[in-house]
Amino acid sequence: MKQEILTVKSNIALASDVYKMTLGECEKPIPGQFVEIAVDGFTLRRPFCVYDYDGKNMTVLYKVLGEGTKAMSKMQSGQKADVLTGLGNGFDIEKSSKPLLIGGGLGAAPLLYLAKCFREKGIEPVLFLGAKTASELCFLSDFKDFKVYTSTDDGSEGFKGTIVDGLKNLSLDFDRFYACGSVNMLKSLPSFSDRGYISMEARMACGFGACMGCSIHTASGTKRVCKDGPIFDVKEVIFD
Amino acid sequence: MTDLKVSLLGHTLKNPIIPASGTFGFGYEFAEWYDINCLGSISLKGTTLSERYGNPLPRVAECSSGMLNAIGLQNKGVDKVISEEIEKLKAVYSDKVIANVGGHSEEEYISVCEKFDGCDKVFAIELNISCPNVKGGGMAFGVDPTVASNLVAKIKKRVKKPIMVKLSPNVTSISEMAKAVEGAGADAISLINTLVGMRIDIATAKPILATGSGGYSGKGVFPVALKMIYDVKKAVSIPVVGMGGVSSAKDAVEMMMAGATAVMVGTQNLINPYACKEIIETLPAVLNKIKTEKISDIIGRAQ
Repeated sequence: MKQEILTVKSNIALASDVYKMTLGECEKPIPGQFVEIAVDGFTLRRPFCVYDYDGKNMTVLYKVLGEGTKAMSKMQSGQKADVLTGLGNGFDIEKSSKPLLIGGGLGAAPLLYLAKCFREKGIEPVLFLGAKTASELCFLSDFKDFKVYTSTDDGSEGFKGTIVDGLKNLSLDFDRFYACGSVNMLKSLPSFSDRGYISMEARMACGFGACMGCSIHTASGTKRVCKDGPIFDVKEVIFD
Repeated sequence: MTDLKVSLLGHTLKNPIIPASGTFGFGYEFAEWYDINCLGSISLKGTTLSERYGNPLPRVAECSSGMLNAIGLQNKGVDKVISEEIEKLKAVYSDKVIANVGGHSEEEYISVCEKFDGCDKVFAIELNISCPNVKGGGMAFGVDPTVASNLVAKIKKRVKKPIMVKLSPNVTSISEMAKAVEGAGADAISLINTLVGMRIDIATAKPILATGSGGYSGKGVFPVALKMIYDVKKAVSIPVVGMGGVSSAKDAVEMMMAGATAVMVGTQNLINPYACKEIIETLPAVLNKIKTEKISDIIGRAQ
């Protein structure tokens, strides 16, 4: 964990409400970790997982959901940003030699950098990215170097149906999955497989374990999404 | 050389800055950011008799100049707080700390206070009778002067360590509450706890917090807190510890001028993990500007 004053290198729109912001220079993160960006005029920092890292700069993928992210979307290249980096535990890439990476909608965000980290180790991951409709997969071209399967609820891209149905349809060879997406999507994964890790999200205040705002129930007691997570074994999490 | 020492409840603090309960965990979490030995003391996370998860999520929400929380006193229960959390804190913080006690019944408050009474690391017990996020307890003890003074009197009979009563701002007259608990034997008063507030998600037309409402804290409450501290200091003769929206050394100085012997910093820790350290480091410069060498000289200067 570290507080860093980073420079906005670029901040571009991929769709009307989805943006990519690159910030630098910063230390190499662990895939699955997140950062908290301070936005002028707002009390709390905004948490985002690391989407990409090029050896110097880090990129976050974000959706404009409220006033804070709207203000973020207006930040200009060259502007300084106060960022807490290296938050959370991150994915353990030592646990798998045949990884399957599953993303629901913008839950693809931590998977690009995770896929690159696996490739760096000489392991080729398989990805499955699903969404409600094709336009929600506006970041798909970033994954073009990887083996990617897709699904959409309306059939506008890839398999027509839910992510779990799409996965069941493929019978992929994997030893562990690494997933991120909505709570409903994550909740449905054990019906596909219980051998994997999920990245949880929750409204949080501090992002580093102090306020207890994001605590969830797990098989081994109460855990903070921000500090003990955001990555948990899917078998551990008790969904409400 | 500026003298930042203050005396609180028979204990000398090297400076008056204390992270407020609920915003600093059990302290050791912040040792990953900086050497927390610079802190005057630490008010520990609110502790109850048994383990508590707290309220359902979402239990935090942002608002203008602050935030709402409805954590609901998540903690491992007093026995584990003493045997696990305070042990971890001992490894990274050498001074004594303030235990913060919550409860649902007089019996629970008394039992938890008695357990902390036997804990060497604790020099005072802050009685949280003002938590707005606990059903059938917490603030229910802190909005009626008779209920509050009965509780304090019972605890004082059973506990040797000094008792500091943390007051709620959600009352008609906080001075009356302060006088009531002073009359019952309280050794100090801390204020203010959070102000009850709400945010609504306009897309769902429902409150953002799962519990509906929560406690408002952060920069926005500072002037409200300052006035209440000023009034309470006038009303009682026991020491007053101030808190509410403090985010800078200048805020801390204002609060001491209003009458606070020491100042607790809360929400700002969640925004800037270095907040307390930076405030402590900036205090000498602020005091220098007002030509003050001893910080204790400014306590109540505005009265």
